[in-house]
Amino acid sequence: MRIPPAIITLVLGMMLVLFGLWVANDVSLLPESASLNAPVYDELFKVLLAIGTVLLLGITGIVIYSLVRFRRRQGDSLDGEPIEGNLALELFWTAVPAVVVLFIGIYSYDIYDRMGGMQSLSMHDHAPREQLASVRHAEPSDQDRLWGGIGIRGSADVLPVEVTALQFAFIFHYPEQNITSGELHVPTGRPVELRLRANDVIHAFWVPQFRLKQDVIPGQQTVLSFTARKPGDYPIVCAELCGPYHGGMRSHVVVHNPDDFSSWLEKTAPPTLS
Amino acid sequence: MTASLTQTREPSPAPSLQPTGWLRYLSFSLDHKVIGLQYIVCGFLFYFVGGALAGVIRTELATPISDFVSREVYNQVLTLHGTVMIFLWIVPVVNGGFGNYLIPFYVGARDMAFPRLNAVAFWMIPPSGLLLISSYFVHGGAAQSGWTAYPPLSLTTPATGQILWILSVLLLGGSSIFGGINFIATIVKFRQPGLKLMMLPMYCWAMLGTSILVVLATPVLAGTLILLSLDIVAHTGFFNPGLGGNVVVYQHLFWFYSHPAVYIMVLPAFGLVSEILPVHARKPLFGYVTMVYSIMAIVILGLIVWAHHMFTSGTPPWMRLFFTIATAFIAVPTGIKFFNWIATLWQGRLALTTAMLFSCAFIIQFVFGGITGVALAQVPFDVHVHDTYFVVGHFHYIVYGGTVFVIFASIYHWYPKFTGRLLNEPLGQLHLLLTVIGFNLCFAPQHWLGLNGMPRRVAEYDPSFTVVNQISSVGALMMAISTLPFLINVIGSAFRGPRAGDNPWRALTPEWLTTSPPPVENWRGAPPLVKEPYGYGHSGNPIDLQTARGRDLWTSQP
Ligand SMILES: [Cu+2]
Ligand SMILES: [Cu+2]
Repeated sequence: MRIPPAIITLVLGMMLVLFGLWVANDVSLLPESASLNAPVYDELFKVLLAIGTVLLLGITGIVIYSLVRFRRRQGDSLDGEPIEGNLALELFWTAVPAVVVLFIGIYSYDIYDRMGGMQSLSMHDHAPREQLASVRHAEPSDQDRLWGGIGIRGSADVLPVEVTALQFAFIFHYPEQNITSGELHVPTGRPVELRLRANDVIHAFWVPQFRLKQDVIPGQQTVLSFTARKPGDYPIVCAELCGPYHGGMRSHVVVHNPDDFSSWLEKTAPPTLS
Repeated sequence: MTASLTQTREPSPAPSLQPTGWLRYLSFSLDHKVIGLQYIVCGFLFYFVGGALAGVIRTELATPISDFVSREVYNQVLTLHGTVMIFLWIVPVVNGGFGNYLIPFYVGARDMAFPRLNAVAFWMIPPSGLLLISSYFVHGGAAQSGWTAYPPLSLTTPATGQILWILSVLLLGGSSIFGGINFIATIVKFRQPGLKLMMLPMYCWAMLGTSILVVLATPVLAGTLILLSLDIVAHTGFFNPGLGGNVVVYQHLFWFYSHPAVYIMVLPAFGLVSEILPVHARKPLFGYVTMVYSIMAIVILGLIVWAHHMFTSGTPPWMRLFFTIATAFIAVPTGIKFFNWIATLWQGRLALTTAMLFSCAFIIQFVFGGITGVALAQVPFDVHVHDTYFVVGHFHYIVYGGTVFVIFASIYHWYPKFTGRLLNEPLGQLHLLLTVIGFNLCFAPQHWLGLNGMPRRVAEYDPSFTVVNQISSVGALMMAISTLPFLINVIGSAFRGPRAGDNPWRALTPEWLTTSPPPVENWRGAPPLVKEPYGYGHSGNPIDLQTARGRDLWTSQP
């Protein structure tokens, strides 16, 4: 007895979906996750990977099946069936991708919101400006405008760091402690707000383990906020072509336990200024 | 339909002053077929230049330190590679090359609407290409700021090379605009009486959509590059933050052209595949009307998604949301096209020719590039992988795994039309096999590199990525080797290939309803009026289609 094709198709489809879910959950394609938003990002990645795997393998399977099943035999010069279209099918493969794409879009909007990407920057940049003004000499307010980036959710106990990118290095300045360093040191569990400026060309600040990147744009200050989760030493990579030594423009972010971070601050703070 | 056209093959008494024989391919010929082949051959020459540049990149990246060329030269090489491949290879070949050769046939005309403009458009390409490549030898070398030429970097790198780059791209953009105007005029105004728009082969629609994009978007790039050159030579401050300029404005203007440029590279390929598949599957193109609408939807959506290249620049949050949704929605009309092609294959009688197999490899690889494209449209996803090797992998799946595979499919499909001779199929399949393996070995691992921390446009990288980079370089080497069977085949078959006859594929589109190669004005008699370019399966089928089931069709063969 032959198994009806509908059942075979159904079983194959279910196996494909299961395989997609397995790939998404058990195949690790991402680096370590070391910030609070990285697991949120990885969630989106898993959804995209599952959908992508099912779609790619499904279409590859159908194309290869067609090539084998419907191949022309030797000496055959007949035509296939004169099927010119099918409205129901067209509606089906318009509607289903539209719904899937809309779902992904809304879902990723939600993810982006949870990362802090939808925070209004213009409303937020008031409080830190007063703090910073006490450290730096007074500047026209346009200098402190935030042109873009990922802001912070809630503003309690933020660690502000000023980042300057130049050909070919990052310089980190802690305005509250007046520390300047070539490496970024942050504690776990405390929100950090980077304010990024460039003096020469565009650079980009990227920490793969935080899943975060922000361009550093001359003339336009940007912001990047994150909360580190896991102690360790992670690379900071410049991701925007900035000249011959672009590939060598790297630094480190060292994530400490809060206690270790306090002792790093004490050890590093300049003794004269207080 | 074909009977009256496959007549004797006596040489026509060519009364024109145009040179004949090989010489006409080096002349200011006005024949659209000559111009089309000029575009294609010229494009392949630049493809080998761009490929050699890619070879330099992959050799440098075989080790994690910068040791093959100097860092300045490396940046020149990656800039030239991108510019050559986009502006001198893919855009001219899929638009000017196949467009010029095929569109007059498809509308039933004896030439393009403006033959002189057409020849001018082609002859702008070799000088601007040579200008671009020669900039490597001037003081300071070629441009070093990538094919995107973002200021302020492009304002601070050696000026001569950057200015020559701008001049060259302006000339190539001009050539592209002339071509676009010509295609629109030919498709809209030069159709033979009785040929309605909805009877045109799909490639006409693809070229109409592409040409609309070319005419709308390329002038924006030209204006932007003129402002950039003023910033360099006249020290104006349009994009110079030191003089009050705004660098993000440049990015908006640049990508307003350069996202549509992606569609200028892939829409013609979609059109070509729509011509190739029905012929080799012996079935009508599935869903003609939805295919037409999806091309137009891609044209409109393609114009309003440019800021997805700027999710990590200073774009306001609402803009990121809008461009995410708009970009992801392009997947819908694009998906329609892919499902329709698969439905065209389904229950066909597929000749597993090299043209067919390259087209199927295109479908699978482009779907992969499309999936990573939808992922990249999602802001949070893009924030991590923007400007990394993930993006490099993604767009090579689109432009190489997509468009270049279609160019090869098209060469295998139309070579008998161009030359009257057949290509060698086993050599073609060797070419296919090497290209598929080499391409996927080269570019699939790059997605992993990007996800795990390797930025693009670097000459040195973290040593932990060495092995994967070497795998990628081996793939690139295979791609280089894969061009050898292709070249041997194309050059050898021109002299020694078996005679193809006028219509070796038994195709129904109008370019096959004349001699191969066709005479100067395309048809000896009146052009045939082809109302159903995909009318396969309607006649000559001994099985009654109303009563037979699919299974009967496969089993009742001699
Ligand atoms: Cu940099
Ligand atoms: Cu784009």
